[in-house]
Amino acid sequence: MNLFYIPALILFSIFVIYPLCKGIALSFTNWNGYSQTYKMVGLSNYTRMLTDKNVIRAFINTLIYGGMSTLLQNVLGLALALFLNQKFKGRAVTRTLVYLPVMIAPLIMGYVMYFFFSFNNGALNDLLAVFGKEAVDWLSDGKTAVAILTIVNSLQFVGISMVIYLAGLQGIADMYYEAADIDGATPLKKFRYVMLPLLQPAVTSSVTINLIGGLKLFDIIMALTSGGPGYDSHSLSTLVHRTYFASENAGYASAIGIITFLLIAVFSNLIVQYLKKKEVEM
Amino acid sequence: MKKKNGIWRIPVLIVIFCVYFSPFYILTVISFKSATDLSSRWEFPAAPTLDNFRTAIEQGGILKALFHSFVIMVIAVLLIVVVGSLAAYPLARNKSKWNKVIKAFVMGIMMVPPLSILVSLYSIIVDMGGVNQYWGIIIILLTFELPQAIFLYSNFISSIPTALDEAAALDGCGPVRTFFLIIFPQLKSVTASVVILAGIHCWNDYQFSLYVLQSSEMSTVTLAISSFFSQTTSNLNAASAAALLAILPVVVCFLCLQKYFIKGMVDSAVK
Repeated sequence: MNLFYIPALILFSIFVIYPLCKGIALSFTNWNGYSQTYKMVGLSNYTRMLTDKNVIRAFINTLIYGGMSTLLQNVLGLALALFLNQKFKGRAVTRTLVYLPVMIAPLIMGYVMYFFFSFNNGALNDLLAVFGKEAVDWLSDGKTAVAILTIVNSLQFVGISMVIYLAGLQGIADMYYEAADIDGATPLKKFRYVMLPLLQPAVTSSVTINLIGGLKLFDIIMALTSGGPGYDSHSLSTLVHRTYFASENAGYASAIGIITFLLIAVFSNLIVQYLKKKEVEM
Repeated sequence: MKKKNGIWRIPVLIVIFCVYFSPFYILTVISFKSATDLSSRWEFPAAPTLDNFRTAIEQGGILKALFHSFVIMVIAVLLIVVVGSLAAYPLARNKSKWNKVIKAFVMGIMMVPPLSILVSLYSIIVDMGGVNQYWGIIIILLTFELPQAIFLYSNFISSIPTALDEAAALDGCGPVRTFFLIIFPQLKSVTASVVILAGIHCWNDYQFSLYVLQSSEMSTVTLAISSFFSQTTSNLNAASAAALLAILPVVVCFLCLQKYFIKGMVDSAVK
């Protein structure tokens, strides 16, 4: 019976473990991605990263995409879940509408957003014009571009958090609220001391999913800004792609990839451990 | 406190509706406008046209791309279901130390972001001759969707009483027959979740396809759309029509099978 997982293990070995090892090996070379020969260059790819403005920018952006998206998605997701957990006409339709973008390819969502944020004939600038405001070139500034990408990513995938929190809210028995009512708790106190602690497992799931998704952000960036203006909105994922294909610097791209792996592994593990510990304390 | 009226909900609903409906609205409007119509993207087309869809199909090859995506998705999902449920069975049933190590290893694989190994993964696929081949992209999607499938299946199989396996063993079933005749038929609801989650990921994949399927002959939906947008900057209308055609199957599926989509999402997130 134990043989049943052999096919899966073979796949993981060939297509995950082996490339990971090979990637670590390549990160110490100056391979250009296609030639037969290349030299070992020791740690120089890694030391070069420390002074590479573009890598540092992409590193910070990746943390923003990961951290800010997670924050936005959880705050908004919980708010939406609380709102849509009430009984009123139209809530089913609203839930569907909020969850729908989760199904859409992020790449396509990025292109659709281009219609909103483009300078000429952009839907947002048309709205500004209605209010008599000047048109804004939304994507020409690095910081704004990063903010827009973060917001677009968050709004597209907030449905995931909403659904997780809705399931969490529905799992809380009424007796807890009733007990709090008898003790004379205000709605705010009920939220803080009854609901939030009981939602802790949902928080852990939601944060983990959002964080891993945000740190890996690739498709939306490719569609909306291609990392521009300049290198200002690159994440580590898009930078690896660019370094490999456009700059033909596979060794360096591998090194950036390995660092990204370490970043995601360490960062998400720390947060998950922290949240799990909180669950136990509750 | 007793009788709240719900008037305050209306502005909130309007905001949600505007934010979430406008992308679909804008995309649809642009798809039906002729390329020479430069009116605001909010305005309904004065003379709706189907030309953009014709261009998307004839020049953009969007139908062929839909077909490629469909074939890749179906084969990949089938393999994910078979390989994933098979791998999950011993992990859920036989909780030896060694199997716990394997399970931790599988969960660890989920942590490896594909991008960090894409460079070397790509060179391995090149060496194997998998570039521009169905099997090249399918095997990669299979590998990276497996951990989640194994996770879902092993959680579910753990909840099936082992008495079932024992009864089958008494009747003389070997592990293979027990699995396929007794266990697998019990897995319908979790299989629905796996199919939906993996299917959506395969359909929407861009990052892997971008590396593996470089020939425009092999383009999947996402690749066809991205080349459409980058090549025909002058004809964004046709590109939107292509995008609309690409998301239509997903939206229709979602609206029909909504219950299962949500259940799949919750199952995969909450243990």
